[in-house]
Amino acid sequence: MAVLLLAEVNNGELAMDATAKAVTAAKALGDVTVLAAGASAAAAGEAAAKIDGVSKVLVAEDPSLGHRLAESTAALIVSLADDYEHIVAPATTDAKNVMPRVAALLDVMVISDASGVVDANTFERPIYAGNAVQTVKSSDAKKVVTFRTSTFDAAGEGGSASVETVSAADNPGLSEWVEDKVAESDRPELTSAGVVVSGGRGVGSEEDFALIEKLADKLGAAVGASRAAVDSGYAPNDWQVGQTGKVVAPDLYIAVGISGAIQHLAGMKDSKIIVAINKDEEAPIFQVADFGLVADLFEAVPALTEKL
Amino acid sequence: MKVLVPVKRVIDYNVKVRVKADGSGVDLANVKMSMNPFDEIAVEEAIRLKEAGKADEIVVVSIGVKQSQETLRTALAMGADRAILVVAAEDVHTDIEPLAVAKILAKVVEEEKPDIVLAGKQAIDNDMNATGQMLAALLGWSQGTFASELNIEGDNAVVTREVDGGLQTIKVSMPTIVTVDLRLNEPRYASLPNIMKAKKKPLDEKTAADYGVDTAPRLEIVKTEEPAARAAGIIVGSVDELVEKLKEAGAV
Ligand SMILES: Cc1cc2nc3c(=O)[nH]c(=O)nc-3n(C[C@H](O)[C@H](O)[C@H](O)COP(=O)(O)OP(=O)(O)OC[C@H]3O[C@@H](n4cnc5c(N)ncnc54)[C@H](O)[C@@H]3O)c2cc1C
Repeated sequence: MAVLLLAEVNNGELAMDATAKAVTAAKALGDVTVLAAGASAAAAGEAAAKIDGVSKVLVAEDPSLGHRLAESTAALIVSLADDYEHIVAPATTDAKNVMPRVAALLDVMVISDASGVVDANTFERPIYAGNAVQTVKSSDAKKVVTFRTSTFDAAGEGGSASVETVSAADNPGLSEWVEDKVAESDRPELTSAGVVVSGGRGVGSEEDFALIEKLADKLGAAVGASRAAVDSGYAPNDWQVGQTGKVVAPDLYIAVGISGAIQHLAGMKDSKIIVAINKDEEAPIFQVADFGLVADLFEAVPALTEKL
Repeated sequence: MKVLVPVKRVIDYNVKVRVKADGSGVDLANVKMSMNPFDEIAVEEAIRLKEAGKADEIVVVSIGVKQSQETLRTALAMGADRAILVVAAEDVHTDIEPLAVAKILAKVVEEEKPDIVLAGKQAIDNDMNATGQMLAALLGWSQGTFASELNIEGDNAVVTREVDGGLQTIKVSMPTIVTVDLRLNEPRYASLPNIMKAKKKPLDEKTAADYGVDTAPRLEIVKTEEPAARAAGIIVGSVDELVEKLKEAGAV
């Protein structure tokens, strides 16, 4: 049985971590063909060919596929769909934009954010902000699935899949890209970092978020935030961890001035070790913390940064 | 310009979810239900478009159990003009799948001919994040998902989207479907006089069969379980003790 996996490609480059994690999930379903699509995608295709477990790579390059616009990307995937029983992707915002569109064009349900593969038709997925895990069995001929990357280990490198080019489908011409606002950072990526330090409303201001960033830099960590911190303008939107932000499961997650609302826990409670620093001993975050410190963050965080 | 806003009745976001002991699902009997928070943001955005003179009619539609009427009344009290209830389930535990919802919405769109559909990006119960994209596919329309900013410019909508890397702005041709994210706006509360007025606003009642849509699920729910619980942790007394514990655990 054949699987088509939409690689995560950003500006011509393969997002290796997200793609390799989805490959691990997809391998359980059958022979994996990776599709690298973009205005430029050849280099991404070459990189994907090296992931263990990938048997073939398709490269589709066309200006209409730049910036991962949903309409043209979905049209491309549908044009290739005949040969595959599963069409899958890592559950990134790009894939969440495209894959439900693909599913509806194929008249099948989408299975979003699957956290486990039971068999070729049956998947586990979190619902209600991770308060429940549902096992669903698809009766559709084709399965369109996005995989929650935080629950799969990345496949290794060392493969040497063949690479073919395919052409883009007709561009429906319904949308065009205007601009990206992407902050450059030397820090590790939030979803693949081994350590994440997150700040919440308790941090109090954009200036004081520097305390969080300093601790993160000391640990070589990525920086995260609660929704309240993002809404208040202390941190950019792409730092948000939670039900509707990013889902992370690092070896160490340090939550600072975060109360631990269920929507935040949804994005981090599978972390291996959780540390919570909060001045309110009743804060729900302590219920999921391995190590809790009841303290004023303005004293505790600089001290911790110094002592580590 | 006419705006269509689909709204869903879901468990209130503040309620602690309980998984039923027999694994059949989440207990929804006698728990507080509210409008999906993302849908509130979509309704608010539609009202703001109307207040800015860009929209002249707001139609809200809900697909589900009869009790979804309450959700529609809330939207009417916020400022929507008219509501359509599509009864597609009898048991409050039946969740109509996004594909079936999108098919019904596609029929509603054919009848109502809106210029824009504003939908929540995801429902906080099934967390599928799919209905808007599916509706766009079925209609062959453009889509602007996860919007944190929306501007109507002639025949186009300019949508700023919250994406993994930051923000992306795209221009989509109308008619279009925009799914909204948390930071688009802060929804208003309905005032008491508006709640009273909303009772008199028109609410049409239909069924899924009226639209000829088969809502049979494609995904069979095999079981619903509690997630794995975390082992209890400890409270440390000082920063020094925290550092020590982290070193012992090999975390730093
Ligand atoms: C539909 C929906 C989706 C959502 N999605 C998300 C999501 O993806 N991610 C997310 O995070 N939230 C999400 N939320 C919001 C969530 O419900 C909470 O409102 C939010 O997580 C609260 O953020 P917070 O913990 O930073 O703020 P608060 O709840 O205000 O907590 C601040 C904490 O800081 C502590 N504090 C204050 N000062 C200090 C100090 N000096 N030292 C130490 N501690 C201090 C306080 O004791 C408190 O516990 C969502 C909500 C909804 C309705």
